[in-house]
Amino acid sequence: MRVTIKLFADFRQGRFASRVCEFVGKVSILRVVQELGIPLAEVGILICNGRHVDFDTELVEGDICSLFPKVGGG
Amino acid sequence: MRHSDTLLVAFLKAAAVEDDLIPLSAYEEAAQKFAVTFKEIETIVLENGLFPLRYLRQRKLLAIWGQQRLLQSRVAVIGCGGLGGSIVEMLVRLGVGNLLVVDPDFFVESNLNRQLLATTATLGRYKAEVASERCAIINPMVTLEALNQSFQSENGIQSLASCDLVFDALDSIPLRLELAEICSSLDLFLIHGAVAGWYGQTALVPPASGTMARIYQRTEPESQADGFEGSIGNLSPTVNVIAALQVAAGLSHLLDGEQKSSSAGCFVDLLIPELESWS
Repeated sequence: MRVTIKLFADFRQGRFASRVCEFVGKVSILRVVQELGIPLAEVGILICNGRHVDFDTELVEGDICSLFPKVGGG
Repeated sequence: MRHSDTLLVAFLKAAAVEDDLIPLSAYEEAAQKFAVTFKEIETIVLENGLFPLRYLRQRKLLAIWGQQRLLQSRVAVIGCGGLGGSIVEMLVRLGVGNLLVVDPDFFVESNLNRQLLATTATLGRYKAEVASERCAIINPMVTLEALNQSFQSENGIQSLASCDLVFDALDSIPLRLELAEICSSLDLFLIHGAVAGWYGQTALVPPASGTMARIYQRTEPESQADGFEGSIGNLSPTVNVIAALQVAAGLSHLLDGEQKSSSAGCFVDLLIPELESWS
């Protein structure tokens, strides 16, 4: 199964901006984040095909998934 | 219409410039002559097809009904630091009639790099109070209720209950989650905004949507985690871009008769720059 992963802001450092990733079997966004080596506590908004989703969302072939770092200042 | 109102309308029409524009000087004279408040005058101006001169440049964008809608709205700004100060400034200039500004803090020197209302003259003063003074010198048609205490206080929650819309301009994740809970219980829409360094985000948070909890999932409540902000700090351009996007979202929400039930938002990276929106 192939899904496009888009990374934003500091998540790109040492990784990539956008890449088509191949996975075998079911994969949740949580697993994608873990495989990329991004600490879960640093993850903020998760978007899948333009929709705001959470870590448990299962991805399907062709999904486009965007990961944004957590921001909380004002 | 009362007799005195008829006289007031006649006075305003006579004072109009370029057919139907009412200048501030006419408000000042009318307030004295007829013993009415600026807000009462503004209501009568708009009801009679006249238009306040101060809003000339937004007349085609809002029209009379839009300006009336804003005048009648009551909007809360929770937090009056970087985001909050700029949000208040824009709401006051747009002509939102009733503002509630809540912040228990006072200005300190390290606010000067980005907080609009922080000046060398306002250091040590309550932020909400300074907002109230700023409002008075820009737009006397706006009523600003300043609350120098936490939104979680009894006063804070009571004042929030009568609002049409709430802006999240806080600087801590645990507080944002609490504010979202309170807004859900009061059935209020919330416009979220947050910044860290060159990055920022906004979101329209409908009541009981769970959007805020989803944005900050995996945040340890005891960690005081505030994203990048604690480590990398805040910049004036980021704060102002995010405040502007929040106000634009709030404005379109107030003017839109049919309110959206789903959340929507965006993430901004000013360094590239790029904006990614979602719904």
